[in-house]
Amino acid sequence: MALEFSPETYKKFEETVSRYPKKEAAMLPVLYLAQEEFGCLSPEAINYVAQIMGQSPARVQGVVSFYTMFNTKPIGRHHIQVCRTLSCALGGAEKITSFIKKALGIETGQTTSDGRFTLSEVECLASCGTAPMMQINDEYYENLTEEKVTEILQKLK
Amino acid sequence: MEPLLLRNINVPDSHALATYKARGGYRSWERVLQAMKPEQLIEEVKASGLRGRGGAGFPTGMKWSFVPKDSPKPRYLVCNADESEPGTFKDRLLIEKDPHAVIEGTLIAAYAIQSHIAFIYIRGELVFGAAMLDRAVTEAIQAGYIGKNIAGSGYDLDVIVHRGAGAYICGEETALLSSLEGGRGWPKVKPPFPATHGLFGCPTVVNNVETLAALPWIIERGAPAYAALGTEKSKGSKLFSVSGHISRPGVYELEMGYPFKKFLEEDCGGVPNGRKLKGVIPGGGSMPVLRSEEIEKVNLDYESIQAAGSMLGSGGVIVMDDSTCMVRAAWNIARFYAHESCGQCSPCREGCHWMEKIFRRIEQGGGEPGDLDLILNISGNIMGNTICPFGDAAAMPAAAFIKKFRDEFEAHITEKRCTVTAQ
Repeated sequence: MALEFSPETYKKFEETVSRYPKKEAAMLPVLYLAQEEFGCLSPEAINYVAQIMGQSPARVQGVVSFYTMFNTKPIGRHHIQVCRTLSCALGGAEKITSFIKKALGIETGQTTSDGRFTLSEVECLASCGTAPMMQINDEYYENLTEEKVTEILQKLK
Repeated sequence: MEPLLLRNINVPDSHALATYKARGGYRSWERVLQAMKPEQLIEEVKASGLRGRGGAGFPTGMKWSFVPKDSPKPRYLVCNADESEPGTFKDRLLIEKDPHAVIEGTLIAAYAIQSHIAFIYIRGELVFGAAMLDRAVTEAIQAGYIGKNIAGSGYDLDVIVHRGAGAYICGEETALLSSLEGGRGWPKVKPPFPATHGLFGCPTVVNNVETLAALPWIIERGAPAYAALGTEKSKGSKLFSVSGHISRPGVYELEMGYPFKKFLEEDCGGVPNGRKLKGVIPGGGSMPVLRSEEIEKVNLDYESIQAAGSMLGSGGVIVMDDSTCMVRAAWNIARFYAHESCGQCSPCREGCHWMEKIFRRIEQGGGEPGDLDLILNISGNIMGNTICPFGDAAAMPAAAFIKKFRDEFEAHITEKRCTVTAQ
């Protein structure tokens, strides 16, 4: 089935593109709109973006695959991303990751069977002074302890 | 010192326009519009001695002066808010707590090069920061600081907050511009430099958040006041992000030239839990690690850290105590670069993964004699052989960890286990 933006999103798309000096410069914001609307950037979503941006699907696919924040497959409702880079590692990030794996019964890169959580380990999120930390969807959670993680996960349905 | 960059961050509602204005905000912008020609502004910033705070330390006024005055093409100013250097979180603080200072600096720089569209390229993960900037831009438009014929000056300027999408390399200025052009964040060969061939081939200046946030103060107090701070070659103040094994982590503003040891021990409270300092990375994950005894006489400025064999970089200070396994630390940093290499240049694309694999096998007890020299060889073959400085940024810390802590690496290889961490 061919995907397309809702009229509201299409309006946002046109507004976004109009602000940039060239249409192609709006590629990342348009991909964000598509990801938000379609859940992930599937081949169908990429074809649609290519069409409205006047680019080849190959070019759009090339952009999508370069950036870690674009998902080509569906992910859980809550995307847990634990920072693993040096400052967080010194602060005990590995223990936090192991704790989450055990609590959710999944490995890094996997999604819980109920589709609630996906777990990723990511590189530095500019939150090194409050290590260890994780990002879940748009939110940062800092100075983590196992107790804090338990509390956070319980609240996310 | 009297805080300059952090002067607003502890005030309630520091992010709001009303707060910023009540504390003198946008007066510099009004003054620039009313009374300064772009050339005067460039001279003023040159005289201040301000250098780029993103890591390279290039003189800001000079960077602006490379933009051709007679080019018929549009010019672009880009605020680099793609803060991703391991151990660095200073720009995030400014963006979230004092977004108007970042915006006012962006406006001033845009005016200096007569740009009519400025971009703030913020890393995609900083969703809250992007929202704070968006909100502040809207406030500034409503107050008439951004838009057409600003304050009757005849000068037009639009500001676009543009989110990246997760790629460390986009902090490198030519990669950032490739990304802003809607493509993969691939660095470009320099020359030509962005000042003449930047965004869509047009004259472009890319300045770091902290660099831009210093501009309102410089215009307000004058270049001599800024140049009076710091050392001969490192003027003004600098933000330091301190993390790792330290009692009081956080962002600190220091006058350039502040003694490193005093900073860690007195300002940051030293290494906690009765441990001893083992090593410290002074300028973000890309910079060579220093042993504890090497920082004894080092001051926090460009020239002193360079003389000690490392670099000031982004001012991301990562502190490691004597419980730290340096093999593990080196592997962690090598893994970062293997993950983040953009893949354009073979030495970096292949070499970063090779170094990561070898560090990993040493750490996991499978190291072989000759592994250390092999890493040094790979590192040496990456250095200077790539389009952008990412290659050097991956090569330098790998080599430094081995050179500074070779005994520990050798023990790991012969004993096939860590001899440092208490198991």
